[in-house]
Amino acid sequence: MSETYLLRMENISKDFYGNKVLENVNLNVKPGEIVGLVGENGAGKSTLMNILFGSETIHETGGFSGKIIFDGQERMFTSSFDALEAGIGMVHQEFVLIPGFTATENIMLNREITRKNLLTEVFGERMNTLDWPKMRSRALQAIETLEVNLNPDMLVKDMPVGHRQFTEIAREIDRETTKLLILDEPTAVLTETEAKVVLNIIKKLSQKGIAILFITHRLQEILDVCDTIVVLRDGKIQKILKPMETNAQEIAQYMVGRELSEQKSSVWEEREFHEVILQVNDLWVDMPGERVNGVSFEVYKGEIFGIGGLTGQGKLGIANGVMGLYPSEGQVTIRGQALKLNSPKDALNAGLAFVSEDRRGIGLLLDQPLSWNIAFTTMQVKEQFIKKLLGGLIKWRDDEAIAKLARDYIKKLSIKCVDENQLVCELSGGNQQKVCLAKAFAMNPEILFVSEPTRGIDVGAKKLVLDTLRQYNEEYGVTIVMTSSELEELRSICDRIAIVNEGRIAGILPPTAPAADFGLLMLGKTDVKEGVESAS
Amino acid sequence: MLVKIQRILGTIGLPRLLIALFLLSLFVIAPFVNVRVDTSINDLIIRFGMNAVLVLSLVPMIKSGCGLNFGLQLGVIAGLLGSVISLELKLRGFVGFFTAISISIVLAVILGWLYGQLLNRIKGDEMVVATYVGFSAVSFMCIMWLILPFKSPDMIWAYGGQGLRTTISTEGYWYHILDDFLRINLGSHIAVPTGTILFFALLALIMWAFFRTKAGTAMEAVGSNPDYARSCGINVNRVRTQSVILSTVFAAIGIIVYEQSFGFIQLYNAPLMMSFPAIAAILLGGASVTKVKMWHVVVGTILFQGILTMTPSVINNLIESDMSETIRIIISNGMIIYALTRKMKVRT
Amino acid sequence: MNPIKKWLIDYSVPIMFILIIIFATPLAGYSMSFLANEIMTRMSRNTFLVLSLIIPVIAGMGMNFGIVLGAMAGEIALILITDWHIVGVPGVVLAMLISTPIAIIFGYFSGAILNKAKGREMVTSLMLGFFMNGVYQLFVLYGMGKVVPITNKSILLSRGYGIRNAISLDGIRQSLDNVIKVNIWGIQIPVMTWLVITALCLFIMWFRKTKLGQDMRTIGQDMEVARASGIDVDRTRIISIIISTVLASYGMIIYLQNIGTLNTYNSHEQIGFFCIAALLVGGASVSKATIPNAFIGVILFHTVFVVSPRAGKELIGDAQLGEYFRVFITYGVIAFSLALYAWKRKVEQENERRSALGLHRASLQKPGGGGINVEKMGN
Repeated sequence: MSETYLLRMENISKDFYGNKVLENVNLNVKPGEIVGLVGENGAGKSTLMNILFGSETIHETGGFSGKIIFDGQERMFTSSFDALEAGIGMVHQEFVLIPGFTATENIMLNREITRKNLLTEVFGERMNTLDWPKMRSRALQAIETLEVNLNPDMLVKDMPVGHRQFTEIAREIDRETTKLLILDEPTAVLTETEAKVVLNIIKKLSQKGIAILFITHRLQEILDVCDTIVVLRDGKIQKILKPMETNAQEIAQYMVGRELSEQKSSVWEEREFHEVILQVNDLWVDMPGERVNGVSFEVYKGEIFGIGGLTGQGKLGIANGVMGLYPSEGQVTIRGQALKLNSPKDALNAGLAFVSEDRRGIGLLLDQPLSWNIAFTTMQVKEQFIKKLLGGLIKWRDDEAIAKLARDYIKKLSIKCVDENQLVCELSGGNQQKVCLAKAFAMNPEILFVSEPTRGIDVGAKKLVLDTLRQYNEEYGVTIVMTSSELEELRSICDRIAIVNEGRIAGILPPTAPAADFGLLMLGKTDVKEGVESAS
Repeated sequence: MLVKIQRILGTIGLPRLLIALFLLSLFVIAPFVNVRVDTSINDLIIRFGMNAVLVLSLVPMIKSGCGLNFGLQLGVIAGLLGSVISLELKLRGFVGFFTAISISIVLAVILGWLYGQLLNRIKGDEMVVATYVGFSAVSFMCIMWLILPFKSPDMIWAYGGQGLRTTISTEGYWYHILDDFLRINLGSHIAVPTGTILFFALLALIMWAFFRTKAGTAMEAVGSNPDYARSCGINVNRVRTQSVILSTVFAAIGIIVYEQSFGFIQLYNAPLMMSFPAIAAILLGGASVTKVKMWHVVVGTILFQGILTMTPSVINNLIESDMSETIRIIISNGMIIYALTRKMKVRT
Repeated sequence: MNPIKKWLIDYSVPIMFILIIIFATPLAGYSMSFLANEIMTRMSRNTFLVLSLIIPVIAGMGMNFGIVLGAMAGEIALILITDWHIVGVPGVVLAMLISTPIAIIFGYFSGAILNKAKGREMVTSLMLGFFMNGVYQLFVLYGMGKVVPITNKSILLSRGYGIRNAISLDGIRQSLDNVIKVNIWGIQIPVMTWLVITALCLFIMWFRKTKLGQDMRTIGQDMEVARASGIDVDRTRIISIIISTVLASYGMIIYLQNIGTLNTYNSHEQIGFFCIAALLVGGASVSKATIPNAFIGVILFHTVFVVSPRAGKELIGDAQLGEYFRVFITYGVIAFSLALYAWKRKVEQENERRSALGLHRASLQKPGGGGINVEKMGN
């Protein structure tokens, strides 16, 4: 029966340095079938698609095991060009377009139609002249297949976002050989009307016999458009469903469904808080990839407030916005006083500290020793670890005090290193994260923002980090706002958890709420149950 | 063992190694072609003193991430202006010397601030713009030297009276003022210009100390990772401007130190290409576009000036022709190209 | 931004030059016919060189300070044909033929190095020019006569090897120019030279329409997208530099046949600066250079060049001032244009990001308030 399937992925497994990301995934796609791929962050969707599309990172990290049978042949794609040639196209989340070129030029990029001329004989094929009229009509053909109103002569930079998406799709289907199209969150950046057009395109392409693999988190889209729904969780296929036979609740349950283990629920009692320490009102943050579109919430003094949601939905943007790292608008009040936005200095002076999700990018000075990294912010903002000479005119760095501070934290957080002078770039990911934590703790903040605290850390270190956060919260009364992709993590130590969807707060739940409720919020269904106020 | 050697080689860098060996071989050949080693060493020490401060001035901008200071000429111009003003005021000896320095510092701060504003607005393209800003400034000053109302007969053209001469002697003012300070004589051919060396050491110490202050630490962070620095509340632009001002000030002092040793104030087109030898020297010492340590300054100046001292004498005697200029061009520019083609330090 | 204001900023350099010309020309007091002839001569001499800068700009390499290498290739060829006593147009053609392989090698070397310095192409090509000057000296000052046999002793230095500082190129002096000379309104026009220049213009225009040209345009816009779509970015960049270097070598030969003398060690040094300054004066930028930019630039730049010394003398009584002024203008133009371009680019990026936030906010803000969610404790 293998002839009826266009694509068969058999027993695909992949691990990144011992970390299992995919386990025995079996996926079959018929020609013209629309398969929706759903899952939480880290469930394995992107990795699966990357394997199929021949991404370099897969091969650079040990390849994968299992078989891919495409169009009747067993294939091993080692580069995206391989996959393209075989007939697989992919539209990524980030557009691969040239803003200064027209739609036609982009659709025909590096596959231009040419005519020979004199010089071709001497200098080779690249001297062929471009056949603009033919290219334009080809582009028009592709555009007509999509049935959209796209001007082939318009420059990409002048187009609204939706049209750029159409151009991308047009480019992929113009290839005559395309049999399977992978779309990674194609409607993420589109308006409602534009999204509808894309969904129509998907239906049309499917009618023409092109199979579609469609990654999305928008519940309605999944139910409206897909022939088959595949739910991935923790690297395994949780369930394969047909839209007719299921509903939002069920999908969410499969996507997220792990009940709280007894161990955690017995330790964690519900706490009561009275004083509002942080108020966020209508915050908009322009963080590329994690846009925040007007969130409002309150955090109580002494609580651990969690922020969760799927990747790209905006949860990471909130902390970054408050800390002034990305352009923001809105109002933030701390202990009743307004905080000036877009100013890291003001945020730090107001008693906030931040452990960024971008550990290596902005969290650390990789080529400097541990001691510097831990003490730097405190030295600059609070002028500690400084010896004042000449009546305050010269602020001399107190290397001894810095070294002592570093040693203290090395002990407290069990940072594995040679000594406090070791360069941070030489530490493992987990230990680098501990250095970032130490840096924030050294500031003695009142409110600590932590984003993705245990990303890339092994299991043992994970527990240590979470325990440390809890300890600081209980012992020193530090209010913690924790942003994480891992729902379990949030449910294990937070007092309340907000879920961000499409840049807005979809709802705030207690950690004891059923997992499916969280899943539904992540998928965009905000009218979950009583007790939770949501956007109407 | 092999791995260890490879590692050391990697740190030193192949070109550096080759040049060091080249220099060593010149010293070895010297006696065989009738070049006195002790005179050569003497020359080398003097030239070190002359140039080291100029090379030192490059350090702040590399540390702050502004890259190699191709606009060094701005600091030099401040120094030249300070010098001629000091001479115009007929100040001699140490008074004259330090007046020159003081005036230059003031001018250098102003020029450095302006230069810093420019560089901050063109982050990423600093080097080529700086080169041409430097060239333009020198050409502009050519016009200025002609029309500025200087009157001192030691400085202006003898006949015609308007405009400064191309070369002005410092004799009688502060010629060798540092060189002769505490001069040590070793044998008949080596006279160490102690004062100059001490002055350089003092300036190097000041710079080293600066990088141990709160502001200096911030500057290093900005160069290491500007996003990190920004997230700590540091005003990255302000720190970069500070580094540019520092570099310009040190360059201004550097040219004055150079003048007192060399004996002449050189105006008009002389400073045109001055940034390149200094940059080549620091690169030779081990620095890169983004990283530098203090000892790079010393090692680099010694190596570079060594080449400049030895090649004319040795090679010319060896093959009986003057190849020194050509070799200098190849080495110094080649060194800069090597540095520019190194992979940028990848942060993540 | 106000479109007029934008236009003024974009073309500030040519506008400044026009103002200088309006001011200085009457001061200098040259006759119209003298000026016209001077400009015509300079145009026919320099335009080819300036045009050779255009293709690297298309490929995103910025201003190719490395055309100096092409100039050196041309000079080496001229030295050889002078040695072999080949005169007239055949001499010029042979020089071009000889310079081609040399220029290709130089261009390849240059391109390979620039590929290793992505993002710093301009300063690297600048240093490359200086560096190769040293290598050129090594070859011409020491190699020629010793390693490369030179039979014509008159062009050698007295010591027996190494080329003299200045060689007369009498054999080919103006040979290209003189093939067809026409006199219109008192201005001498070297028609053949202009035919060659026109041929280059046609080549550039046609080149843009080829696959190779399109690939270069793609790379010039966005290297990563080009790479992702399968274009061999490194190879294409090298090709753009090779073409530029070869064209520059021809341009240098045209330049020198007009002047009639070869300053062996100095001729090429300033060619780089002057040509780039001229192109920038014509309104080009690091990312955009067109054929009109080249022509307008040469006219404006060289007019200022011609009138400055005399204007300076009239103004301050010192011709030297005028000379310094024109050097200052050359460097200043480049510094200003490059800085302006870099600054504009940053401002554009800023504006895009800011408007993106604003637009995004506007498009998502629905009446009735989307996203306000305040949760009360105690459910």
